[in-house]
Amino acid sequence: MNAAVLSGLLATEPPRFPAYQIHGLAGSSFKHEHLAAILDEGRQRGFFEVHAENYMGAGGPPHRALEALRRDHPISLHGVCMSIGGPEPLDKAHLARFRALVERYEPALVSEHLAWSTHQSTYFNDLLPLPYNAATLSRVCDHINQVQDAIWRPLLLENPSTYLAFSESTMGETEFLLRITERTGCGLLLDINNVFVSATNHGFSALKYLLDFPLARVGEIHLAGHAEQTDDEGDLLLIDSHDGPVADAVWKLYEIIIGRCGPVPTLIEWDSNIPGWSVLKAEAAAAQAVLDRYRRDARHAAA
Amino acid sequence: MLPLEPELASYATFASALLDPAGATPAVVTGPAGKGGDKRYNVYRNNVTVSLINELAAVYPAVQRITGVEFFRAMARFHVRATPPSSPLLFEYGRDFPAFIETYEYARDLPWLADVARIERAWLDAYHAAEAEPLSVDALASFPPEWLADAVFMAHPATRIVRSAFSAVTIFAANRSEAAVGPIDAGTPEDALIARPEADVIVRHLPEGGAVFLQALVSGQSLGEAAASALQASPAFDIATNIAGMIEAGAFTTVSAGAA
Repeated sequence: MNAAVLSGLLATEPPRFPAYQIHGLAGSSFKHEHLAAILDEGRQRGFFEVHAENYMGAGGPPHRALEALRRDHPISLHGVCMSIGGPEPLDKAHLARFRALVERYEPALVSEHLAWSTHQSTYFNDLLPLPYNAATLSRVCDHINQVQDAIWRPLLLENPSTYLAFSESTMGETEFLLRITERTGCGLLLDINNVFVSATNHGFSALKYLLDFPLARVGEIHLAGHAEQTDDEGDLLLIDSHDGPVADAVWKLYEIIIGRCGPVPTLIEWDSNIPGWSVLKAEAAAAQAVLDRYRRDARHAAA
Repeated sequence: MLPLEPELASYATFASALLDPAGATPAVVTGPAGKGGDKRYNVYRNNVTVSLINELAAVYPAVQRITGVEFFRAMARFHVRATPPSSPLLFEYGRDFPAFIETYEYARDLPWLADVARIERAWLDAYHAAEAEPLSVDALASFPPEWLADAVFMAHPATRIVRSAFSAVTIFAANRSEAAVGPIDAGTPEDALIARPEADVIVRHLPEGGAVFLQALVSGQSLGEAAASALQASPAFDIATNIAGMIEAGAFTTVSAGAA
């Protein structure tokens, strides 16, 4: 067989979008109201993360926006409602829609949550907590394998923020996540604000949790703002609200983690009380500065 | 029936009171070191209800502007608790909301409110509809005139028609703009064409007979049949104006010779 025939047989459809590098970059949530400001700036260093479900309609302005964004930037596709931690089988139609988005937009990162949101045909629109034990571990792993088989790539699974714990849990969250990565080969999306929120709410050390975390499996980091309330005893209860700047304590934990993990792609999440683009962009630039400092320090150390 | 595995039952228990403000905090969960779970569980309960009310507010901004935020959120809370979403695609949520508004006793003084909601729901459907190239003036002009009476049209995926016994289109338009809303005579029947000729959704107030005409075309009737139905419904129906309007709005994608 000659080379031309062989290359003809091997030829696959060319990618519709450039394969941008995402390592070492900071990014931000993409909000439709920022589209004009972002496009005005042209191609920028950084990436955007979108909630997959917002692009599951057939067409219209959401897809036009995402296409325009994806032409110039790497994209992270973040699923919110697969209900991977739920007791019921995954919704096959939803999984097919998720797969179609991965194929269409060729995201640099694909992630979902260790949580559930659907129970007996009611969709609760929240990331609900699950018990951590052998039975739930096995089911979560089945669900992740199903997703990975559908999208042909590893999924990044995000650690949750929680307010309550199940009394029937038999293992800790970091052990549960470690076993998931071992069984499924998936990566992890480490949300440091979630760690800080859960640590405050459950009275454990955020730093100890992070040192127990399977850091070698982390493919993305999330940073976000939280709000303060009180629990039944009048003690501080943190709410994972994504409605403001990242807290100083979360920035400190982030610098420690980058020191250990290297320049992992980092996203600033901001989903409510959304500020102007310049504010969100400045928050992403602060994360980028931490990533760049790591690289500079690493070069000096090597020199 | 087989008993549920205990850990499956605990999900059901956790979910049971999420939409029930009077329900007790499920016994399967606890705060740390024996702390109470009520306010902690309420965080989830609040997230569920408030986020779904926010979704309805995002789909129905004109309805919220008309009623005021407090009235809207109380009305939406009733609906969210009675009819939570069954799909994770929240742009599909709230289809039953216009019918709910019609039966909501505190909204009886606003009989046109449900129709304004129907236009807003159609607006969101048009926004997410599939892409398609609208039928151009040139394509229609080059269609053989002797076949026009039998011609059939293919509707654009975004095209929706909403009919109202009230001035729903005027009320909708006034309350989806930033400008102050002056007095509106609510009692004039108005029909709306919702379409997406290019990137953006448009809402047009249809001339007399226009809704009957377009509904007939969308359902696959020929141009001749559709015009006859429209004339019967409204003697003032003007076919040239209506054809020009539907082309300008991009309501159809193709024209073809009918079966006749």
